[in-house]
Amino acid sequence: MNEFQFFMQFLMSGLSMGSIYALVALGFVLIYKSTSILNLAQGEFLMVGAYFCLSMTLDFGLGFVASFLLTMVFSVILGLAVERLVLRPLIGEPIISVIMVTLGLTYIMRGLVIMIWGNDIRQFNIFPDQPIDFWGVKLTYLYLYSMGISFALLIFFAIFFKYARTGVFMRAVADHQTAAQSMGISVKKVFAMSWCIAAVVSSIGGILVGNIAGVGVDLSYIGLKVLPAVILGGLDSILGAIIGGLIVGVLEFLSAGYLDPYIPAINEVFPFIVLVLVLMIKPYGLFGTEEIERV
Amino acid sequence: MPAGLFHENYQSDERVFQTWFVKAWLIAFLIACALFPLMASKYMVSIMTEAGIAIIACHGLNVLTGFTGQISLGHAAFLGVGAYTCTILTGKAGIPFIVALPLAGVMAAMVGMIFGIPSLRLRGLYLAIATIAAQFIIEFVIRRWDSLTGGVEGLFVDPGTIGPISFDDHINLYYLTFILAVLATMAVKNIVRARSGRAFVAIRDRYLAAEVIGVHVFKYRLMSFAVSSFFAGIAGALMAQYLQVITHESFTIHQSIDYLAMCIIGGLGHILGGIYGVGFWFILERFLEVATTSLNTAFPDHMTWFVSIREIVFGCVIVLFLIFEPDGLAARWRTIRAYWKLWPFSY
Repeated sequence: MNEFQFFMQFLMSGLSMGSIYALVALGFVLIYKSTSILNLAQGEFLMVGAYFCLSMTLDFGLGFVASFLLTMVFSVILGLAVERLVLRPLIGEPIISVIMVTLGLTYIMRGLVIMIWGNDIRQFNIFPDQPIDFWGVKLTYLYLYSMGISFALLIFFAIFFKYARTGVFMRAVADHQTAAQSMGISVKKVFAMSWCIAAVVSSIGGILVGNIAGVGVDLSYIGLKVLPAVILGGLDSILGAIIGGLIVGVLEFLSAGYLDPYIPAINEVFPFIVLVLVLMIKPYGLFGTEEIERV
Repeated sequence: MPAGLFHENYQSDERVFQTWFVKAWLIAFLIACALFPLMASKYMVSIMTEAGIAIIACHGLNVLTGFTGQISLGHAAFLGVGAYTCTILTGKAGIPFIVALPLAGVMAAMVGMIFGIPSLRLRGLYLAIATIAAQFIIEFVIRRWDSLTGGVEGLFVDPGTIGPISFDDHINLYYLTFILAVLATMAVKNIVRARSGRAFVAIRDRYLAAEVIGVHVFKYRLMSFAVSSFFAGIAGALMAQYLQVITHESFTIHQSIDYLAMCIIGGLGHILGGIYGVGFWFILERFLEVATTSLNTAFPDHMTWFVSIREIVFGCVIVLFLIFEPDGLAARWRTIRAYWKLWPFSY
């Protein structure tokens, strides 16, 4: 394998992982933008989605497509339930409480997952294992499918926010809550919608990552790995989340390829190092709104 | 406020002990704590030591989260920094424990600065995100820097000594923790009473107004983060003494969330919040331990159901507290006291 192929190998793997990050980051930013909550339970949504889909295929013997669709329905219900039961009572409370409540949710969801499905890592085994060869760059179907599904969804959401009625409502609420409300947009519905979309995209991300790495409780760390992507892209920019996700994925894999000989396993924390550097150099990220205040 | 207590000047309003009654109770409580190891079993003493360490850590977090309104999700990592600093300084560099203990706090504060400075410049809760990064990076360094930290194998802690007293003995460690916890409580009370504390609260409540009246927002935020990390470092050094073997697994993000949860349950922005929270948490934890074992013996076929009972209960406790009692046990205690003061003629 020559130098270029080596680079391309890591670039392509990074891009496919990055597209999953982008998807999860999209959910994160959506919630932050419309409700200004840092949803630290995003990773748990992802994990629950992955477990649910896995258990549909393995324990109930449904086809992958059927269980995928069922998982989507389940995530919508989960997102709605969380918004209605936990977050709506906290409207108007200080933002710290709201963030802490998402942390409490992580405990509950992880506990329930362990209670129902146990602690072992399980495999999907749906996509064929043998890699396909693109001029010396080897990629498994899994990576290709993940990339394909993620990009399709990202394009879908781009169109959704641009043209669909609900999408425009959501952008309006994100932009200015009071103004949106006075135009007759139901802010409550938009909040519920954001949580639904966040739950759905993260469970799709969870199913994809679960296919790659196996489904275990540690999947929830993906939810935190999305933070570097979000900060890099700018906390309140949907486009930023997508580009940030891709960049972070690529950087993670390139660091595994090139820095590993010097610091073993650096790729585990490389995204977080990027996060700290971004906060030092360009704290509002690539596309985030810069807040300028002078006193 | 107790009946018959009238403040005529600011000084008396800010006094630590408002009445002799409070003072007497406090002294009685301290004596009880001091006599505790003479009566209790070894197990109870070690639990109390652990609680004391958690109280120190929670006081630090309370200054940052409760009084300044910033969240740290890497508190356990700073405990880890303190633990490893103290252990390495005493074990490898041969520095006496009494010097290494404050140095552990200083080191944790300095490491905290690396992550705090960039994020505290910004409005909003960037510190929460930066400290998550800190948590993972510090954990990674502990796990991978084999030559210094012993890597995944962990590090054996040499029992510290101050003069003739060795903290090999659990009772001695209990007294050390007890003294430091009392000192920490006093320190927090006085930080909060002083100019710095008022600045913290002003920043928490409305940072823009604080800046307008001349509070240096960045400086005070940084100060509060430094204080919080310093406390974490001290608590970490004690934790190392308590655990005797330290690995990265003692300082995970779950631990960080636990400390935050203790503060919330106890009451953010109350001096005693940390103590109430830790008390509640430890009692609930012991209770759940007993409950889980008895459930396991009662239903041996369903062992897997009860593995995660602790996480679910604690998660529910956090969520329920935030929804129904956002000011924590400290506020609840105040309501109860106010109710009984006027009972039965409350109107």
